Amino acid sequence: MSDATAIEQSRIIDHPMHNRAQSLLPLKVSSLSYSIRQRALLHNIDLELTISGITAILGHNGAGKSLLLRLLHGLIAPTSGTVLWHDRAVAELEVRKKQAMVFQKPFVLRRSVAANIDYVLALRHAASRDTRDKLLRDANLLDKAKQSATSLSGGEQQRLAIARALATDPSVIFLDEPTASMDPAATAAIEQQLQSVNRQGIKIILVTHDIAQARRLADDIVFLHQGAIAEHTPAEEFFARAHSTAAQHYLDGQL
Amino acid sequence: MQTFQQSFAHAWHLVVTGDATLLEIVLLSLRVSVTATLIACALGLPLGALLATQNFRGKWLVNLLVNTLMGMPPVVLGLIVYMMLSNAGPLGWLQWLYTPGAMILAQTVLIMPIVAALSRQVIDDRWSECREQFQSLCIPWHRCVFTLLRDCQTSLFTVGAAGFARAISEVGAVIVVGGNINHLTRVMTTAIALETSKGDLALALALGSILMTIALIVNAVVLGTRQRLQS
Repeated sequence: MSDATAIEQSRIIDHPMHNRAQSLLPLKVSSLSYSIRQRALLHNIDLELTISGITAILGHNGAGKSLLLRLLHGLIAPTSGTVLWHDRAVAELEVRKKQAMVFQKPFVLRRSVAANIDYVLALRHAASRDTRDKLLRDANLLDKAKQSATSLSGGEQQRLAIARALATDPSVIFLDEPTASMDPAATAAIEQQLQSVNRQGIKIILVTHDIAQARRLADDIVFLHQGAIAEHTPAEEFFARAHSTAAQHYLDGQL
Repeated sequence: MQTFQQSFAHAWHLVVTGDATLLEIVLLSLRVSVTATLIACALGLPLGALLATQNFRGKWLVNLLVNTLMGMPPVVLGLIVYMMLSNAGPLGWLQWLYTPGAMILAQTVLIMPIVAALSRQVIDDRWSECREQFQSLCIPWHRCVFTLLRDCQTSLFTVGAAGFARAISEVGAVIVVGGNINHLTRVMTTAIALETSKGDLALALALGSILMTIALIVNAVVLGTRQRLQS
């Protein structure tokens, strides 16, 4: 059992709504590889995540962080290896429907803020004004419900994207650099929203370049280097004393 | 030949008095081109969406065909439709030659590639932004297409207007398959060509000014609708 797994298991007792994420966990990734034209972008990834919490994936540019996130979510199929959520393949529709993803560049439909949420609620046959208003209230966007989503600022669009992801009632949310090129206030608002999401027992897997953000949010760190996992460590331990040389160089700003 | 001034004065008189012949020609023109535009959009928009969002064998060939047909001379297309609709042709049983039906068919075939190619581009741009998000939400393809069509409605409205402008202003295809028969298949562009050759510049000018007015109104409606939808 890895250190990260042990610390996750000890945290499960304290978690108020751990059962929600537990419907998909544990995540077991075995010998995962992804290549394009004989070039291995990710190779021999083995990873196990057992309980809800925030996992941050760190690494230098081109290390394969976003690619790994897409493989875990099933947006792309691996060249070899398996991704199992609660012993079920990620390709299964029922597994995919329990996950949601928020991308670096927020995508919003060209309609009102409320209609963006309604659209996803209708997809899940859960259309309800109360649910929609609650999601918008949690995202601090209720007063902008009738406004066109495209007129929102970048930070507000990202909060809407997170609220829309929550409208799918997920057990796991993936976020690919959700605060990239945002100002500190917008970043803080999104981080607050993510912590609130996590308190609801939803597992968060986050790719970020922002070391300070990972320090603030993450419970455990997956560090990628040259397409492989250099280490998977509890966050406190990672920032106090990273095991791998690559991670140490990364934290020192040399990578 | 009438003087320029006389022609304009006569043309103005025909317009303000609501000349019956003029009205008949204008109404037929609108009926043919509006119908052709609606049919072309009904076929061209889904084709554009298909080409933008799906990969299939032969897609490259379909794209090439659509792009090539966009630049097809109307008179050549009219000839092809004429041959299809003639008694010896595969659609001869329809007995559509020299009827408004033939003109609608010709204009539909003329503008459908335009609608398909332009909508493909509009939808393709949006699709590249939302493909992964839709995939993540597990949205079935047909629903993605409906969502994209709605999301791109302002741009697609302009695409439809471009198709209509092409249809109502073309003369080559409708004159070949319609024959420019008085009270039956005479539309504005064919009438302008005929009246100019006869030297009756007044009617030609009156029709020309109405054609320009229609273009102006269509563009005003498109611009107004775009602004309303965007706001």
